[in-house]
Amino acid sequence: AAMELPLSHSLASRAAALATGYLCYRRGSPGRGLALRSLRRARRQDINDVGHKYYLELELEDVLDKDSTVNCTAEVLYHLGNKNIAPDVQFTLEGELKNTDEADNIFYNRIKSPEKELVAENIPDSHGNVPPEMEPIRLLAWVASGYVIWQNSTENTKFQLAQIKHVKQVKRSDEYLEFDYMILLHDMVSQEIIPWKMTVLWHPQHGVQVTQDSRQPKHASG
Amino acid sequence: TSTMRLILIFSALFGASLCLETFVGHQVLRIKTRNEEEVKQLQLLESLEHLELDFWINPSTAAVPVDVRIPANNVQAVKAFLESHGIEYSILIEDLQVVLDKEKEDMAYSQQRERSSNSFNYGTYHTLDSIYTELDHLASEYSNIVTKLQIGQSYEKRPLYVLKFSTGGSNRPAIWLDAGIHSREWVTQASAIWIAKKIASDYGNDPSITSLLNKMDIFLLTVSNPDGYVFTHTTNRMWRKTRSRNPGSVCVGVDPNRNWDAGFGGPGASSNPCSDSYRGPSANSEVEVRSVVNFIKNHGNIRAFLTLHSYSQLLMYPYGYKCTQPADYAELDALGRAAASSIRSLYGTTFTVGSICTTIYQASGGSIDWSYDYGIKYSFAFELRDTGRYGFVLPASQIIPTAEETWLGLKKIMEHVRDNPY
Repeated sequence: AAMELPLSHSLASRAAALATGYLCYRRGSPGRGLALRSLRRARRQDINDVGHKYYLELELEDVLDKDSTVNCTAEVLYHLGNKNIAPDVQFTLEGELKNTDEADNIFYNRIKSPEKELVAENIPDSHGNVPPEMEPIRLLAWVASGYVIWQNSTENTKFQLAQIKHVKQVKRSDEYLEFDYMILLHDMVSQEIIPWKMTVLWHPQHGVQVTQDSRQPKHASG
Repeated sequence: TSTMRLILIFSALFGASLCLETFVGHQVLRIKTRNEEEVKQLQLLESLEHLELDFWINPSTAAVPVDVRIPANNVQAVKAFLESHGIEYSILIEDLQVVLDKEKEDMAYSQQRERSSNSFNYGTYHTLDSIYTELDHLASEYSNIVTKLQIGQSYEKRPLYVLKFSTGGSNRPAIWLDAGIHSREWVTQASAIWIAKKIASDYGNDPSITSLLNKMDIFLLTVSNPDGYVFTHTTNRMWRKTRSRNPGSVCVGVDPNRNWDAGFGGPGASSNPCSDSYRGPSANSEVEVRSVVNFIKNHGNIRAFLTLHSYSQLLMYPYGYKCTQPADYAELDALGRAAASSIRSLYGTTFTVGSICTTIYQASGGSIDWSYDYGIKYSFAFELRDTGRYGFVLPASQIIPTAEETWLGLKKIMEHVRDNPY
């Protein structure tokens, strides 16, 4: 039987953050990022020999248009024991997300035919600034980080993308866009800042893929 | 262009101040050349030195208009020349001296305003030096109620400055408020300096703050971890801890909010110097923590202990080091909810209320656990904006809204403390 959790409970908020990250990865694009607006309901179930399952009701918002929200139900299963298996996440969106084809295509065409491959660092910068032309690059990282977050979450972690340290476009002969990112993930529970490398592929019709990713060592003194 | 105009004005002013030149009757014309022939005519004009023409933009190609200052007595001659060659022009400035006089007046006025009022921009992030300068400014501008105290020095010997807000009395019951114990949480130091200004300027204007300061003092530590703060500006924006050396380790710093004497050494703090939640070799090992503890103990009459962190939008009471409820749970929870409600009333920002342990995580050695167990009943920790979209790198445009809403929550708590002496 599933037990009701107070909405303020840390376990509920961790599961909600994980579900949001996964969802964002599955549905996001350089023109659409999804963030958690509020947690409406959370229940937790202990499944013997399997793991812990959470039943969540979430309200999500479009990061580019805060007035645009969508409700969602999600189930998150953290597997017992083996820390190398990513949690199972399933979700159902109630209603439709805004169509971003136009914005996606504009971005795609801008980046696909450059004279020089795009390179940038520190997005946002120390003061929280993101140049407007970098916003899709930033959203793409936000979406892709959802994958990394999903793959590496446990009941004792709560990851958020803290900053893009570096991004470099990789030239491709096919129709995909490819970017090498160095990002910083923040884990709220341990308070650690974890550098992570990821290679991200995107095409307007084919969604976002993370083809490679690896945790990087932290610098010792700063 | 207006930039060029400014450059001209300043250089003219400079020239005027040196050589006491005047520019009465001087005109500035903009000449629109249509072809190479016209450009050549202007270059001819340029060569006539007796006209004393001062070209801002020299004639070079037909595509770019030419701006030129002409001394009063040559204005008619130059215009006649241009008209006879069919060269179009317009008058940018009819009388340069009039413009210069107005500029001088404006500059003197704004300089005077800057001296007498505050030009510190609360809506942007500042360096440590800039914040410290503003502390002095506030203490001087509001010297009737604000004094600056030094309660100690950081590991790297930077002063730890506290602003005392007081209308007199002797060792009145007081409220403690600190920010920036974790250096990367920039919106907290920024909010704290705004709050300092708010308290100072509201005294005598806002009935609630006026009655509060007539009975109690407020102590505000705007930058609890100055070494870390400087490090976030110079080297690593994501630095959290102090900058103390750890013997036997290459890793630097201790998490100052795991270093207090409250369940020290228990779960929720690391024993690894390389960790961002490293508790330190012993409780109060960090001078930044020890200085606050000593101040509070020596004062002896602190009635509330409030601390600002970011991010997550949480309003929490003890405990962190254990998941059991504090004795005053009901009152603290109700007060927390009232404060969160005040915060939400301004911009709709929602804060989640609860104990540290149940709301974020079990964490030992935290400041409000120490203050509560020491006997300071009203102990709260705030986690300010946002919930992760920007996290630590919150855009500067959100500083003032964050400070404004946070202040409403703090005020609610302070009013309760004022009205419920214990």
